[in-house]
Amino acid sequence: MKKSAAAAVCAVLALACVMPVSAAETVKIGVYEPASGDNGAGGKQETLGIQYANSVCPTVEIGGTEYDVELAIVDNESSNEKGPTAASQLVSEGVSVVLGSYGSGVSIAASDIFEQAGVPAIGVTCTNPQVTEGNTHYFRICFLDPFQGTVLANFAADNFEAKKAYVLTKLGDDYSVGLGHYFQEAFENELGGEVVAETFPEGNADFTSYLTTAVNEGADVIFAPTSTEAAQLIIDAAAAQGIDIPILAGDTWDSNVILNAAKGKDLAIYVTTFYQEGGNEEFDTNIKEWISGDSTNLANNGGDDTVAAVTAMGYDAYFVALEALKAAGSTDPAAVNEAIWDVTYSGVTGDISFDSENGDAARDSAYVKTANTETGAWDFVGVQQKK
Amino acid sequence: MVLQPPNFLSAQARTFDERKVSMDFISKNLPYLLAGISVGGQYALIAIGYTMVYGILRLINFAHGDIFMVAALVMVYASASFPLYVTIPLVLVSTVLIGFVVERVAYKPLRDAPRMSIMISAIGVSYLLQNLALYVTGGLAQIYPAIPLISNSVSIGPATTKVVTIVTPVLTVLLVILLMWLINHTKIGMAMRAVANDFETSRLMGVKINSVISMTFIIGSFLAAVGSMLYFTNYASVVPTSGAMPGLKAFVAAVFGGIGSIPGAVIGAFIIGICENIIKGLGWTTFSDAFTFALLIVILIVKPTGLFGERATDKV
Repeated sequence: MKKSAAAAVCAVLALACVMPVSAAETVKIGVYEPASGDNGAGGKQETLGIQYANSVCPTVEIGGTEYDVELAIVDNESSNEKGPTAASQLVSEGVSVVLGSYGSGVSIAASDIFEQAGVPAIGVTCTNPQVTEGNTHYFRICFLDPFQGTVLANFAADNFEAKKAYVLTKLGDDYSVGLGHYFQEAFENELGGEVVAETFPEGNADFTSYLTTAVNEGADVIFAPTSTEAAQLIIDAAAAQGIDIPILAGDTWDSNVILNAAKGKDLAIYVTTFYQEGGNEEFDTNIKEWISGDSTNLANNGGDDTVAAVTAMGYDAYFVALEALKAAGSTDPAAVNEAIWDVTYSGVTGDISFDSENGDAARDSAYVKTANTETGAWDFVGVQQKK
Repeated sequence: MVLQPPNFLSAQARTFDERKVSMDFISKNLPYLLAGISVGGQYALIAIGYTMVYGILRLINFAHGDIFMVAALVMVYASASFPLYVTIPLVLVSTVLIGFVVERVAYKPLRDAPRMSIMISAIGVSYLLQNLALYVTGGLAQIYPAIPLISNSVSIGPATTKVVTIVTPVLTVLLVILLMWLINHTKIGMAMRAVANDFETSRLMGVKINSVISMTFIIGSFLAAVGSMLYFTNYASVVPTSGAMPGLKAFVAAVFGGIGSIPGAVIGAFIIGICENIIKGLGWTTFSDAFTFALLIVILIVKPTGLFGERATDKV
């Protein structure tokens, strides 16, 4: 009831936004997301959410003047080396605030560039604590890996009575290694389980040997917090080897890429995520219509109209940025930076507010979903709260 | 608390135990070995392309791994609109065509230029193909279509794997035997050997250099196309950089076996594929790639000509 009311308010606001025909001034919001590389698929879905939000509400009133919102979108290529270049490009375009990135590594890599330029950034789904730790310009609207890792470890222990877990992470990927570490910490120290941890290098395509090790070690669950690119290959290799151990993963796996890869295969896949499709009917219907209405959007969403959690998060992030601009009453990045601390917003993924220490969102619940390999859709398992 | 069996049973129990242990050993390690042999066969098919081109032109064709990747992309897009019996020949033909065109456009005009120029041209082609692929795919991983029969799962003793794992080494060996016959018993093969031996003299003796070189690229690209079908059936996701790592490892295999030697490249590829997976099986997953490249350095120091390489002084 509350949500639909919020949606109605949102729709009215959207109408109000659309009404004025001409607005001479423009304000730029930077979108720092991967469109290629390992996280290209996820980055594109997150960008879609931001673009959709922009199409719903393309103007904002700042200090009594109506501004057109222009998105400056760059591709950080999922690469820690190329990310800073893309970030500099945003800075030189004169953006007031930056949204992104999908993938914690690239966010950390670009953090210094934004700090030097005095541009605030709002992380959408980068879950590694280091993104916001010890700085005042990087914020985020999602939960953190220590929380997510603990939730997953508890889920493994509660639902599968797991005593031994096989953790597979990607070398040099801050998100993957970090989440694997927090899972291991919770699983070993709090739950008294045993963990076998292995890593795979960039560009690895052969997961047969890793999965064989998991089986040989007698693991009860496999935890693989990886990019969707690697996930496809892991799923394929697991199916080819007939592995019946449940596979757990973090928010990155919540993507139709995984559903398509797992469809028709006999596997048990569980993920934690930010949003469950069906959480806000009106948002779902409208964004599906918007995605299906354009072939480029459809291709960027992976060929169908499944709403990824990162898309919903991107949508909310855009409105958080608008709130910050309104509160700042100016397009000056420094003023916006000051204003973000006090922004509160009720989005489709829940209530968003920032803590006063690192600028992390106060989030205390994660959704657990499982891939239905027959219908090719996500089945809702439950909400895990912070313990 | 372990219960001791009565004395008269112990001998029997021990043999039973030993058998169980050895079965256990096999069932635990067979999957690593199978993966190694399979990926070794796929590296071999790519390595032949490197080694043949090097043998004839003294050129390291850096674009070869990317031709391998393009073959996979052609398969992805062609299979969306054609049935399989059209797609497979189409992939083979178009890959061969791309290999041929690359040679004609990027290497032939530089035939008499310093060797460094043609190598840089090869690097250029490599990046061109990668970026074209990035443009076409939009940077998203493409799922490789399943080829019936070889995509199915099969059980070998205690291990379950895809049929392609078994097919790969057999097909690789068959293709190599065919290739060796072609080189040793046909006219074009004789011409290839002559050109590899002495480029200038065979040109003077009336060997049609351009058609021999084109033929080399055609054979290399054909094998890369076959290799790409086998490789991506196993690892069914194609991105623009998919060709880079297999290409590099196949190159190491070619150097290991002695660049210019076809049996050398094949044996080198199998050794690298198997060692890589054994290392993963030992739990040193972090070092599996490092091993391959450390091997390259050791070979270049200890035996620069590789296992079967000709002694030459003009290596690049």
